[in-house]
Amino acid sequence: MSSTDIERQWTTRLRHRVTGHLPPEKVLPDTQPAYVASWIYVFGVTTMVALSMVILTGFVLAIRGPQWWHTSDVGHYVNSLHLWSVEVFFFAMVIHLWGKFFMAAWRGRRALTWMTGVVTFLTSIAAAFTGYVSQTNFDSQWISTQAKDGINATGAGSIFNVLNLGQMLMWHIVLLPLVAVILTAVHVVMVRVRGVVPPFEDAPPEKP
Amino acid sequence: MKRFRPDVDAPEYHGPYAPYDIIKEGTIAFVVVAILVVALATLFGSPDTKAVTIRSWSNADPVDFATTALGELNGTTITAGYGAPYNHGSLGQELGPLHLANLVGVTIPVNPVQDFVIAPLTSVPNDHPLRVALAQWHTASSAQRATWVSRYSHAAVHMTWSNGHIVVPATDTGPLGVMINSLTQMARSGALDQALVTGHGFYTTNYTKPLLFVADGTYFANLAKSQHLLGNQWGMMNETDSYPGQAWLWLYTFWYQVPPFSSSPNADVQVWAIMMLASALLLLVPFIPGLRSIPRKVRVYRLIWREHYRTS
Repeated sequence: MSSTDIERQWTTRLRHRVTGHLPPEKVLPDTQPAYVASWIYVFGVTTMVALSMVILTGFVLAIRGPQWWHTSDVGHYVNSLHLWSVEVFFFAMVIHLWGKFFMAAWRGRRALTWMTGVVTFLTSIAAAFTGYVSQTNFDSQWISTQAKDGINATGAGSIFNVLNLGQMLMWHIVLLPLVAVILTAVHVVMVRVRGVVPPFEDAPPEKP
Repeated sequence: MKRFRPDVDAPEYHGPYAPYDIIKEGTIAFVVVAILVVALATLFGSPDTKAVTIRSWSNADPVDFATTALGELNGTTITAGYGAPYNHGSLGQELGPLHLANLVGVTIPVNPVQDFVIAPLTSVPNDHPLRVALAQWHTASSAQRATWVSRYSHAAVHMTWSNGHIVVPATDTGPLGVMINSLTQMARSGALDQALVTGHGFYTTNYTKPLLFVADGTYFANLAKSQHLLGNQWGMMNETDSYPGQAWLWLYTFWYQVPPFSSSPNADVQVWAIMMLASALLLLVPFIPGLRSIPRKVRVYRLIWREHYRTS
């Protein structure tokens, strides 16, 4: 096989493409532009580590099943960790989102980075919601019986039945976390590929 | 040369770079978030109010249970008049000319008379009076059943719970008295909970029918009201006790608090339409002129990048 043949292989082409867009120094950078110097930047990584806490605590809850936390003090505490991880996750994500909005972080061919972030946000809302209706307690009863009306009214209730515990639990622990984690990974890769958006060029405020 | 669009294009950065240890940052963030989460969980815990069962409901408020069961027979409950995806009780909510749920159709069939009353009663063994009552119900015409239910319902405003029985001062109501009493006894024993969830077989994870039945009663809503969970109390974004709940649903829940949605019979589909539009706008901000200029015009970025502007 000639070197030309090797260069034309799909695998070789993919490797060139990946390493071209994402060389090691972009994956694990050791410097960053000096303008990345604000507390607002902390909330992106905070969102990610809170997500990892959500998943870790969710793993522990999954080991003993959805009813365990009602009958075990340890289970209840793990549920509390799961709940507060989610609260911190959303708190950080919302601040991250608003921060990126006010930076107009979609500038410079970063629109897809913004969009994957928004879809991750919406997916996370759905993931949290399915968690709330899978608690197997009064909260899950009330939230599901209230939420069904909105979802049913759109026609989506025929395939997304919030009163079906088994279905909601599967969405909560398999489908939506998988989508959220994949989207987060894509989002982070895009940030690494394009870099952090630079500041607006300094200009005097526009006259009214 | 292509014109520079300040809300779309980013200037090339030729300024200085600073050391950045991404692994160290991630590790510190993880430790800090872990400490914060442990502290919050230890201080505040998490709510776990026991689920309402049909047994607990019918023991706490047998009259409400019996009234609800009668409503299922009478077709006056929320479920009976719901429409798609459960039944043909109504056309459902409309968005302009569209009844979206009705277009999709009945995909999760729920027949309140059969599923909540007749089928569970039929499963009760060794109850001769009940068997006779059910035979009378089954052999009666629809008009006769309606007459019985109507007479019983009119008298049911004086319904009481006395000596372990539902008492309704009504005559000529056919099998209704036996049926409602038997269903109430079945509910109070816990057998109705089982009958409703095992309708699909031994294994089940689908609680659609018992949840719909419980939600048809006022007992459930009164419990929710006492926990500030009703729709006009910012509803489902709250949790029992004083936990933050799904605070991120504030905008969704907000619409239910204001006219015209607070009194609209189509509020659910209208609010969903608004939220879909809002989500689409958020998603497509980078492409919407005017909207994408807001950050540049409000100049919050001056605060975020104040060091950069101060030194450059």
